Amino acid sequence: MLSRTAENLYWIARYMERADTSARLLEVGSRISLLPSAHGYRSEWDSLLQACGMAPGFAAKYGDPVQRNLESWLFFDRDNPSSVASCITAARENGRIVRTALTSQVWDALNTAFQELKRLEREERSSLELSQMTDWVMRHAAMLRGAIDATLLRDDGFNFLNIGYYLERCDNTARLMDVKYYVLLPRVDFVGSGLDNYQWTTLLRAMGAHRAFHWAYGGEVTASKIAHFLILNPQSPRALITCIAGTANHLNRLSKAYGRASQSQAMAAEMLARLEEETVDRIMDEGLHEYLTGCIRETAALGQAVHEDFFSGEAR
Amino acid sequence: MAAQSSGIRSVGPLQGGAGPNIFDEMTGTGSELRPPYARLQDWVQSMPRELRNLKQAEAEELFRRIGITFAVYGEGGDPDRLIPFDMFPRVFSALEWSKLSRGIKQRARALNAFLVDVYGRGEIIRAGRIPGRLVYHNAAYEKEVAGFVPPKGIYSHVVGIDIVRTGPDQFYVLEDNCRTPSGVSYMLESREIMMRMFPELFRGNRIEPVDNYSEVLRRTLASVAPAKCKGEPNIVILTPGHFNSAYYEHSLLADLMGVDLVEGQDLFVDGEFVYARTTQGPKRVDVIYRRIDDSFLDPLCFRPDSMVGVAGLMDVYRAGGVSICSAPGAGVADDKAVYTYVPEMVRFYLGEEPLLDNVPTWQCGKADDLAYVLDKLPELVVKEVHGSGGYGMLVGPKASKAEIEVFRNLIQAKPHNYIAQPTLALSTVPTFVEEGVAPRHVDLRPYCLVGERIELVPGGLTRVALKEGSLVVNSSQGGGVKDTWVLAE
Repeated sequence: MLSRTAENLYWIARYMERADTSARLLEVGSRISLLPSAHGYRSEWDSLLQACGMAPGFAAKYGDPVQRNLESWLFFDRDNPSSVASCITAARENGRIVRTALTSQVWDALNTAFQELKRLEREERSSLELSQMTDWVMRHAAMLRGAIDATLLRDDGFNFLNIGYYLERCDNTARLMDVKYYVLLPRVDFVGSGLDNYQWTTLLRAMGAHRAFHWAYGGEVTASKIAHFLILNPQSPRALITCIAGTANHLNRLSKAYGRASQSQAMAAEMLARLEEETVDRIMDEGLHEYLTGCIRETAALGQAVHEDFFSGEAR
Repeated sequence: MAAQSSGIRSVGPLQGGAGPNIFDEMTGTGSELRPPYARLQDWVQSMPRELRNLKQAEAEELFRRIGITFAVYGEGGDPDRLIPFDMFPRVFSALEWSKLSRGIKQRARALNAFLVDVYGRGEIIRAGRIPGRLVYHNAAYEKEVAGFVPPKGIYSHVVGIDIVRTGPDQFYVLEDNCRTPSGVSYMLESREIMMRMFPELFRGNRIEPVDNYSEVLRRTLASVAPAKCKGEPNIVILTPGHFNSAYYEHSLLADLMGVDLVEGQDLFVDGEFVYARTTQGPKRVDVIYRRIDDSFLDPLCFRPDSMVGVAGLMDVYRAGGVSICSAPGAGVADDKAVYTYVPEMVRFYLGEEPLLDNVPTWQCGKADDLAYVLDKLPELVVKEVHGSGGYGMLVGPKASKAEIEVFRNLIQAKPHNYIAQPTLALSTVPTFVEEGVAPRHVDLRPYCLVGERIELVPGGLTRVALKEGSLVVNSSQGGGVKDTWVLAE
């Protein structure tokens, strides 16, 4: 497969997953800001944007974090490369370039999302409910995912799409957790408070995981349980371990198909082995923020290795 | 990107629509029903207006769904625009087609012989049959490949010959396209859509299929693999990228042939070969079906600012490490000034009489022709030698006095830049319009494939001027497309 084709497929998945995350972030932010807090409305939004690397761009364009501007920035703004609109447009453009590597169902899912987005952009903003907008994004992300799973040939292109999904999701989960833990509640005496619980629940809800969490753990929402759920529990579809296992699986399949080992395959295997040995206590001792920062860095390095192995056109 | 498909269908009658002197391909010049169209009469009558509108909407939806939104190469315009599709097919009988087919193949052979000659010994020029200036001073003449003979001596592997008709047996070639004629995706998709919407038509008529075009193209390209290629050649299509107006066509052909669609950045030169960057490392490329112009192929050889080419490609090509289709330099054969001499080429290289006529053409660069042209300007069509897309031309009978005077000055200032042709009475084909069915002028572009064998898929691109009386079929100026049928014997 052409390196560029593989890279386009990989980015289709990453952009779509990112659109999903931006929508979820908008929901987390909006819910949290409905609650009285220690910092006030402004700094919470600011912290959220900071954690996702979107703060400087927002400040430059809009200044104060007013709800309507935040919605614009995270949803519609083409100046924000991570906005829902930017991501969906980029995913669809990547799809258009590799049309021949996609089934018509997959193309339809991408194209429909894009066409509907254009319609949404023309609509009166006051008629758009935030929750409808985020639901809309999640629905289209799920439709694309479903079309890929149901119709695509299980060839190397399928593996690159999945690697894109898993790496992006891994990064996003780590960032969303970090938002909650590090940014929103920096003072130790808030830990375990009602506010603390509310924020954790909001986070779980935004990830579409709070029911699953209660099924799996029950009882009180605590930082340790959540850390276990979102980092170490292979049952959780968003857990880091699930994402890394998925990445490793698809890298293994590529190695098998190509008949050669790759550096990214070795890296993913090593990361997975460490996660399997990891315990929540050790993570908490190290500090959740420090641990998550390390994860984000390692995930980026793995993405870089995938790039070198497959997208540069130079076999290693 | 210089355009080759000028598609100037200006040569036509003075009166709009089918008039007494206009040949209609369904009804002739009167009220007869010509046999190839016999079965279409009932079909039209069986479709009331509502059903027809429904079908039309369905066809448009299908075109949009498959994403075939593209302008015929060189015409410019919005790349996301749909070209109107007319459901009324254009039909040729087996006999008509076999005559056309022989003429087209003959012309394709002569054009390739000419190219080998002018990049070699230049016999036709030595023999005084064509002025050397027209060839060697032509902007499309590539000195870089002089003396090099491409595999099998073929320069132009896909020859698009634009043809108009004025009567039952009168066909004229308007121009040749030897570089990378586009529009074949319309031939393929129009047929797909017609078969989907009107299967009963295809049961009732015996229509030659066109869907083997991609197989024949693949075979053609494989047959010109370079000598250094052992085994099954690796073929790729080189596109300028997804912003190009014909990108859909590039990706469709890649898909149908099962070959990679590459951009310049996907290829690189290492030693004596060209390689594609793949997920499994470099993969050697043997044949490049390029859909970019000569000047962009290789920044080291042609335009240094080309972002879509491959550095060093021409060196590999001249050393026989890769084949480029069409071969660089092929454009010199489809120049409008060289066009006049194609019948000479047929006689000179093949020793045959041309089966297809040229439109009589006056070269304003010649003193006698110039005098005639200036005298008859109100009756003639004047074109720029290098113009395209139906722009930069004068349609005498339709022009105002002031416009004619403007052109008179232009021609006198640079006579070499212009040619003139009489206005032909272009044939019409029934076409669906608001009020029902009405005659509209058409042209035809068949795609002749030249490799080890010369092959012509029975069909082509029929363009239709949708505006009443209009002779310009360019999509940018209100043109549409039709499915083109060739009936089996």
